[in-house]
Amino acid sequence: MDTYYKPEHLPKFGTIAEGNKELADAFFAYYGKVFEDGALTAREKALIALAVAHTIQCPYCIDAYTSGSLEKGADLEQMTEAVHVATAIRGGASLVHGIQMLDKVKDMTM
Amino acid sequence: MSNAADDMIPLTLAGDGASVNIEGPRTTTSLRFRRSPLASPEEQIRQLEAVDLAVGPTQSGNFFADVSHSGWPTLKPAQLDIFQINLGKLCNMTCRHCHVDSGPDRTKENMDRATVDACIEAIEKSGAHTVDLTGGAPELNPNFEYLVDRVTQMGKHVIDRCNLTILTVRRYQHLPAWFAKRGVEVVCSLPHYRKLGTDAQRGDGTYEKSLKALKMLNEVGYGQGDPRRKLTLVTNPVGAFLAGNQASLETEWKDALKKNHDVSFDTLIALNNMPMSRYLEWLLEKGKLDEYMHRLLDAFNPSTIAGLMCRNTLSVSWDGKMYDCDFNQQLEMEIDFPGEERLHVRDFDLDKWLQHNIRTERHCYGCTAGAGSSCGGAITE
Repeated sequence: MDTYYKPEHLPKFGTIAEGNKELADAFFAYYGKVFEDGALTAREKALIALAVAHTIQCPYCIDAYTSGSLEKGADLEQMTEAVHVATAIRGGASLVHGIQMLDKVKDMTM
Repeated sequence: MSNAADDMIPLTLAGDGASVNIEGPRTTTSLRFRRSPLASPEEQIRQLEAVDLAVGPTQSGNFFADVSHSGWPTLKPAQLDIFQINLGKLCNMTCRHCHVDSGPDRTKENMDRATVDACIEAIEKSGAHTVDLTGGAPELNPNFEYLVDRVTQMGKHVIDRCNLTILTVRRYQHLPAWFAKRGVEVVCSLPHYRKLGTDAQRGDGTYEKSLKALKMLNEVGYGQGDPRRKLTLVTNPVGAFLAGNQASLETEWKDALKKNHDVSFDTLIALNNMPMSRYLEWLLEKGKLDEYMHRLLDAFNPSTIAGLMCRNTLSVSWDGKMYDCDFNQQLEMEIDFPGEERLHVRDFDLDKWLQHNIRTERHCYGCTAGAGSSCGGAITE
């Protein structure tokens, strides 16, 4: 293995069934169902997936949901806003822990 | 946004109906204007054939072989529903994806009155219920209003494939009310309900002008559910991907255009881009032709074959030649009637049309991909 990430793995995602078809079938059926139009539209779900992809920093998911968001009718401005939502939550998640630090500092210092 | 120059087309009509110096949103120029090799159909077909396509039902990359393999040993017309006329290549716009290679420089290819009259006679013989007018900007043909009047009087449903921006030009601003009076369906190109994608594909300023035109159409009763004032929008991908789910997009588009601009419409149709002409040029420039052809082949859907537009549509060019669709027309793939005869529209014969074999090349994979794609939108839901 010369590298951990390979673009050609994405279209081969389905071959994960080689090790356990039943679990793969169950996963892909569930996965497909999740992304159907529901109370949220397929476009909204693709944008959520795009934001999550950036949070978990999964290059396969970023590839898939950049195409997916475009195909579902989102444009670059909407997609960029979705990525900023992920960024804000990620940054906020660090920063809000600062309150723990603040409490501890107050506890330990004069 | 608008200034006096925007509203004026300095239109010089020549005797043959050609016009020059048309101002409008521009994002490129025509292949022919640039003397690009891709202006020739042979070069376009050569580029498509050069792609290594060992995928799809027969893994041959041969469209007809894949159709045959899917249970269609022959590909023939079903019945003639739609008589489509391409009135000419002249357009005020030069959109990046245009399969016609239209533009303001295409002044020579414009249907004359004699050919228009031959079409009207052929329409009578054809039994088609719908007359579908396209171009270029069909409104720029000086015989446009004459043709619409004649065929609406014959009781035919008439579709005007409109680029929207032309309706904002002073000389054509009467058309929305004129269409409403005659019950003409207006089918308008708008790649996206937001500005970014629309202007990228069709030229800066297109979005604002398109909204202005849509409001003009709404004001005369279009887009409110009245079948005699039907307003249809056409979206096609702004890039190397396939059209999204038409029904899903329609709901979002309706909500967004209503909320953001107080604009309403009746139906959204979602088309795939055909790998030909200026879209083919864009794919080649981006190095994405191979990827796009594989995307089309991976999405090959046999259930679209029965509803392919070539099975219910006749396409006639500005010079009266006959084709299976507007794409074949631009690739100069004329219909071979029985006995390998090529006929002018003045010699149209329904029986011969019903018997002929539809001509296909690799661009046809655009119509069978995903939910399918035709001038009427998705083929299967």
